[in-house]
Amino acid sequence: MLSMRSAPAGVGLDSNAKRQNSMKVLVTVKRVLDYNVKVRVKADRSDVDLANVKMALNPFCEIAVEEAVRLKEAGVATEVIVVSIGPKAVQEQIRTALALGADRGIHIETENSPESLSVAKLLAKIVADEQPGLVILGKQAIDSDNNQTGPMLAALTGLSQGTFASEVKIEGDEALVTREVDGGLQTLGLKLPAIVTTDLRLNEPRYASLPNIMKAKKKPMEVKTPADLGVELRAHTELLGVEPPAERKGGIKVSSVAELVEKLKNEAKVI
Amino acid sequence: MATLIIAEHDNSILKPATLNTVAAAVAIGGDVALLVVGEGCQAVADQAAQVAGVSKVLLADNAAYGHQLAENVAPLVAELAKTAGFDYVLAPATTTGKNLLPRVAALLDVGQLSDIVSVESADTFKRPIYAGNAIATVKSLDAIKVITVRGTAFDPVAAEGGSASIEAVTAVHDAALSRFVGEEVAKSDRPELTAARVIISGGRGMGNGENFALLEKVADKLGAAVGASRAAVDAGFVPNDMQVGQTGKIVAPELYIAVGISGAIQHLAGMKDSKVIVAINKDEEAPIFQVADYGLVADLFDAVPELEAKL
Ligand SMILES: Cc1cc2nc3c(=O)[nH]c(=O)nc-3n(C[C@H](O)[C@H](O)[C@H](O)COP(=O)(O)OP(=O)(O)OC[C@H]3O[C@@H](n4cnc5c(N)ncnc54)[C@H](O)[C@@H]3O)c2cc1C
Ligand SMILES: Cc1cc2nc3c(=O)[nH]c(=O)nc-3n(C[C@H](O)[C@H](O)[C@H](O)COP(=O)(O)OP(=O)(O)OC[C@H]3O[C@@H](n4cnc5c(N)ncnc54)[C@H](O)[C@@H]3O)c2cc1C
Repeated sequence: MLSMRSAPAGVGLDSNAKRQNSMKVLVTVKRVLDYNVKVRVKADRSDVDLANVKMALNPFCEIAVEEAVRLKEAGVATEVIVVSIGPKAVQEQIRTALALGADRGIHIETENSPESLSVAKLLAKIVADEQPGLVILGKQAIDSDNNQTGPMLAALTGLSQGTFASEVKIEGDEALVTREVDGGLQTLGLKLPAIVTTDLRLNEPRYASLPNIMKAKKKPMEVKTPADLGVELRAHTELLGVEPPAERKGGIKVSSVAELVEKLKNEAKVI
Repeated sequence: MATLIIAEHDNSILKPATLNTVAAAVAIGGDVALLVVGEGCQAVADQAAQVAGVSKVLLADNAAYGHQLAENVAPLVAELAKTAGFDYVLAPATTTGKNLLPRVAALLDVGQLSDIVSVESADTFKRPIYAGNAIATVKSLDAIKVITVRGTAFDPVAAEGGSASIEAVTAVHDAALSRFVGEEVAKSDRPELTAARVIISGGRGMGNGENFALLEKVADKLGAAVGASRAAVDAGFVPNDMQVGQTGKIVAPELYIAVGISGAIQHLAGMKDSKVIVAINKDEEAPIFQVADYGLVADLFDAVPELEAKL
């Protein structure tokens, strides 16, 4: 049981790579709070308090950018386009993605971060405009933990989907995607163009070098609005409030294994 | 009101996560139908018909559904929801449900509520956000409500005692967009992580994969499942299906024993609803001790074999 382990994840090159030689890759990036930050609920319980917290690129999106850039370096992709949806501040995350190697950015400006279905509708328009061979998203955003946008985009565009990817190989007109599923690993062959969402072990993202950060400032970034794309945003949910989770009562330290076993037997009665 | 639930199964056995999802549907109220979609899955439909609280089983048995590819199953579910007049479509928040349901929601032009932990009313639900550091109360504004259910938050209904009718669904959707290539399924005689009464998990502190044998010996004595932190999976000690946490499996056993795990927010998100938590760690400052009912500051290579001997 312990021997099963996926090969080091990466992008497979193959003889058919040339066939794809005009393939664009579209990557989505979401601005979220840094994963090290423990969020707090506002005193009035209307929402969580995001004032002055450190924001960053959603870790799964960072992996998506890395995968796209590796596809380009391997000669499989010709261009990497990065999209983010939200207020002006998300341009910071687009710049980060450009510094990591993406070629150009598209910022769809909205007041807040819209719900997953709205995000998917906006992205579907970009897919129609740009005609990418592959779209890579994070499997989930670590703020809402929704895990929805990728399959929603696949439904709206009528494309194939490979969620929770730990390996992506382009072979001919197919993407071979190894998925991390509850029972282990599953590999699917997806007809291109395809929608892929990343899991943590797909790759280890690089750090942006200072020269690349400087270069990223000169890379093109287009700004569009939902109206430009002909999308009307509609609310599907209403947030009534948030509360902190039930706190666990502090426990005790035991001084020996014997004491631990005694407590589990006689106090907690779980063994 | 009527709810359609996507049954979780492998074409031969109905998975327990389905029973927790039925419990959520019962909490909502109204008729509950279970959809068994697969290939050669009559046995699953027979089991589904026994589940308490289920009034109807819909069986879509076709080669196109063999591996439950989302591209083929989503149009079927969306069609059933619309034509058969379901108000709710539910699935367990497993990798199968998380892969399928958003595709269904988008086809229905509705939003999705992910990973609900309670039913407040017919349209209002609670769900954890930010790795469980906040619980949101969310109201759905859509006519058809598409929802994934966190299994650990609902006590399962009885697997037997029901007597639902079984109806065949003949519609076949074959999008020909994707194909099943292969799978590597971890084989184990131990209970599944998400259904185990006791779990013992190892982290980076285990040092290597071989050392997980120490945990397996304890697990054998306790009838426990073995889990891991992401660091242990990333280091290649154990396979991905053992990962507990925000982005792995969410568990809530009677007893969770964390060995050589520091207690990062993302790990806690997956296990902090366990009834009793034990932590064994050599660093007395490790954050895992803040959630542990019983903490033992010790070297795991001494403590774990001793624990095994004393059980
Ligand atoms: C307290 C609270 C509760 C909420 N509850 C809900 C709820 O119940 N239902 C709901 O739909 N929304 C809810 N939201 C809104 C939520 O925060 C998100 O803005 C929204 O759901 C966007 O998608 P996601 O993060 O869920 O995407 P996911 O599906 O989790 O993210 C997957 C991937 O999609 C891409 N992506 C997502 N958003 C963007 C973006 N803006 N720009 C570029 N790429 C993106 C990224 O690649 C990301 O990795 C809630 C917000 C708050 C603050
Ligand atoms: C987006 C994102 C999602 C994530 N999702 C998850 C997730 O789902 N699940 C998850 O677990 N993590 C997740 N992580 C990773 C998480 O942040 C931590 O890095 C991880 O949980 C750490 O694993 P660990 O506790 O095993 O390792 P470490 O933090 O390295 O801790 C090892 C511990 O072992 C102890 N130790 C070492 N040797 C011994 C010994 N001989 N005896 C006793 N104790 C010893 C040490 O004192 C230390 O406390 C995620 C991270 C990101 C960015």
